[in-house]
Amino acid sequence: MPHSPLGGARRVPKTLIAAAALLLPALLAGCGGSSGKPTLNWYINPDGVDTFIKRAAECSTDDYDIKIQLLPTSATDQRVQLARRLAAEDSSTDLMNLDPVFVPEFANAGWLAEVTDDNTEGDLASTITQSVEGEGDYLKGAADTVTWQDGVYAIPLWANTQVLWYRRSLAQAAGLDMTQPVTWEQVIQAAADNNGSVGVQANRYEAYVVLINALVQGAGGDIVSNTEAGKDAKVDIDSDAGRTAAEIIKMLADSPAAQSDLTVSNEGTSLGRMFPADPSAPQGAGEFMVNWTFVYKNYLDTTGQGGGPADKQAFADLGWARYPETVEGEDSKPPVGGIDIGVGAYSKHPELAMKAAQCITATDMQVDLALTDGLMPSTNAAYDKVAASGDYPEDLIELFRTSVDEGGPRPKSAFYGLISSAIQARWHSPTSVDPDSTPKKSGDYLQDVLKGKALL
Amino acid sequence: VTTTTAPAKAGAAPATSDRSRAENRLGQKLVAPAIILMLIVTAFPMLRAIWLSVYDYALTAPDDRDFVGLSNYATALTDPLFWQTTGVTVLYMVVTVAIELVIGFGFAMVMHRVIFGRGVVRTSILIPYGIITVVSGFAWQFAFSATNGFVNGWLPFIGDDYNWFGKTTSAVIAIMVSEIWKTTPFMSLLLLAGLAQVSEDMIEAAKVDGATWWQRLWRVIIPNMRAAIMVAVLFRALDAFRIFDNIFVMTNGAQKTESVSFLTYRQTIEQFQLGMGSTLSVLLFLSVLLIAFLIVKVFRVDLAQARQEG
Repeated sequence: MPHSPLGGARRVPKTLIAAAALLLPALLAGCGGSSGKPTLNWYINPDGVDTFIKRAAECSTDDYDIKIQLLPTSATDQRVQLARRLAAEDSSTDLMNLDPVFVPEFANAGWLAEVTDDNTEGDLASTITQSVEGEGDYLKGAADTVTWQDGVYAIPLWANTQVLWYRRSLAQAAGLDMTQPVTWEQVIQAAADNNGSVGVQANRYEAYVVLINALVQGAGGDIVSNTEAGKDAKVDIDSDAGRTAAEIIKMLADSPAAQSDLTVSNEGTSLGRMFPADPSAPQGAGEFMVNWTFVYKNYLDTTGQGGGPADKQAFADLGWARYPETVEGEDSKPPVGGIDIGVGAYSKHPELAMKAAQCITATDMQVDLALTDGLMPSTNAAYDKVAASGDYPEDLIELFRTSVDEGGPRPKSAFYGLISSAIQARWHSPTSVDPDSTPKKSGDYLQDVLKGKALL
Repeated sequence: VTTTTAPAKAGAAPATSDRSRAENRLGQKLVAPAIILMLIVTAFPMLRAIWLSVYDYALTAPDDRDFVGLSNYATALTDPLFWQTTGVTVLYMVVTVAIELVIGFGFAMVMHRVIFGRGVVRTSILIPYGIITVVSGFAWQFAFSATNGFVNGWLPFIGDDYNWFGKTTSAVIAIMVSEIWKTTPFMSLLLLAGLAQVSEDMIEAAKVDGATWWQRLWRVIIPNMRAAIMVAVLFRALDAFRIFDNIFVMTNGAQKTESVSFLTYRQTIEQFQLGMGSTLSVLLFLSVLLIAFLIVKVFRVDLAQARQEG
């Protein structure tokens, strides 16, 4: 016993030294990064990850290395993680993939470095602002997502949009002329009368707001306007356009064409209903489905597998048309999504990050994403190359391009998160939507939420 | 077991000598760093939350911060959503604590009386408590899932495609089951400590007097472990009132299953409304204080006695 304290005292430092000796190289290596070539952290969402990894290596130069950091899957979690870093003025958040609806929110908080003609090559900022007017290389709908209060705060990478995917045989059976614009009413009716169904996204999440927004805009209205006024924005959902949108949702919910999981439907749930195994079963004739651009590659890749078309012939029965009209004769406003690249306002290397952002969003990268991952470009130049590659049917490429170009943005507001959640709270579930009360209730509630008079 | 160890000093006011005063001063100096650290890590956030709660302040619009006085509190306390979540939270608390108390007491008796395999029995009862709540939440979510869970198959009166997370009542039940499974061991551990304090002599005496097992339980064992039961109920009630993980994992607050903690989380973390979020956390803190006060009153237990300081 009397020896043990001494012996113990001698042993402890030895183990400590051993541990330190083991750790030291690791620590030194960790420090090495900051003293030599700077590393830019690029936060990506998990879509097309392999292409992003490849691109990070390609865009790394003698001046900097780009390191990929993966964000969570859900858009809400991505936003929360980025926002928490940026609110804490994290200097290691250099580049980030942003969902278009985050841009106004982040720009308003001062978290994004402004894109100007001075810090980019080829007067990129001017090109983007001109594109909003329809005179630059960027598609209007995509360019529109990165502007906020006369400034440009991100660079469009790829642009997403929704189109109406359908079974040609189903449309034919219904006698629907798909070369002309179709309305929601026609689509729901055609599916109901011909043993088909209608696929939408109506779970209580962001894509349901995408649907509501597209319906309202298709009727010539808006959920909110004057969004740059922040909390004083004008709430417009309680209007004829809002009621028309509610009528269509009710029409679908009450129709035999509604899918059984309508209230929890998302982008994936209705994919399997396009090519049902048994055509004589209820809703066995396939579906009309509004969904994003990935659908084409998805069915192409799942041909012959469960849930996909049985063979090439079945795949040829897949048709596409512009997003349905809310009101007959009035152009539909297809939803616009995608990813924009932003540069963190607190980055240690803002010039390098801006350079890297331009490299990442260059035309060849956009073409790469389209051809390998089915994520469609945001510029006309890239679209031309994708069309020339022959990987996609020409009319489909043109449909995507027009849809992004003439699409309707979701409200651009620093409080978009509040707006979206408030709408979801009052419009979900779709089976409870009532044209006489839902628009009014959601308008009042949204107003209260914006004024801080109601909890979300 | 606990016979007199009567401390000589108790009661009599100790004469304060120079030496004891010096010792006191030294003691104060020695604990000062710890107190200061505590103040920094606990008092500062609490005061800041109170300060933030009187502002209308969103993380995404830092320049638009407005002083609004108590208006956030008025909004929260008049909002139906706040009262609905409070109601659900109280329901979670009352039901889970009640069931855990009963099952936990049973487990405690088993752990106390078990003769062979004592280590194995005690360990297996405690295993759920060693599992991270998020993991247990996922496990039970899968168990209740209509597509690949086993619960629907095991329950005879429920259809195979019954969606537990589709309605408020069933979703709340699923969340409660996960919560009870996870924390009953904690309850039984606290009760076991209480059981160990009940003098065997008293139980023997009751036996000799002809008391049945039931009478011994209600007249001897339970009254003598009142303090331990109160501590167990108090700890679990305060914990249960702050329920969050299971709801987050299993329903993400859908179908009106959200608790006050979840509502607070949504305002602060998801919506970046730091002002309203802080208001809700202050209200949550006050509710927890109130519950603690009520439980101490109901059990009429002297806390000092419960800590064996009497």
